[in-house]
Amino acid sequence: MAMPAGEIEALIKAALPDAQVTIEDLAGDGDHYAATVVSAAFAGKSRVQQHQIVYAALRGRMGGELHALALQTSAPV
Amino acid sequence: MTGTVTERIQTEITENPVMLYMKGTAMFPQCGFSARVVQILTHMGVPFKTANVLEDPALREGIKQFSNWPTVPQLYVKGEFVGGCDIVTEMFQSGELATMLTEKGVPHEAAA
Repeated sequence: MAMPAGEIEALIKAALPDAQVTIEDLAGDGDHYAATVVSAAFAGKSRVQQHQIVYAALRGRMGGELHALALQTSAPV
Repeated sequence: MTGTVTERIQTEITENPVMLYMKGTAMFPQCGFSARVVQILTHMGVPFKTANVLEDPALREGIKQFSNWPTVPQLYVKGEFVGGCDIVTEMFQSGELATMLTEKGVPHEAAA
């Protein structure tokens, strides 16, 4: 059960075309990542809502194929 | 999702001002992320109740559907979903967690 970083980034950008995405593989096992996502879509949204947008972009992989994704989300300043 | 799981969750988050759905127990967390939230709540002196989703597969899935949040741990304060490990950590570090607890009338020691 693992997921390449490139696929995570592609999925997020497919849902959030303007997103700036940086992904860090925390454990080298393709299962534990940290990601920062900056997108205008987050403006005015709570952290929970912002993270839910990213989880939706990952189309159900979060919690299954992808065990851990430490998320930092923000709208462009 | 069976009615009972939803009803159970609704009851638990209503009856317990601070409710944490986690893997393992506060004494023996079985996941680093769950352990971190337990540490934060303990550090802040916040009384909280936990439910071990590893003991109940229906709860483990039910809680994810209940909050539309794909992972555990999940923290609820006064019936409201606050977030998972990342968000609780971020809010703790920024002081927002202490502010929110105060606003909701949940006793805690001032954050460090």
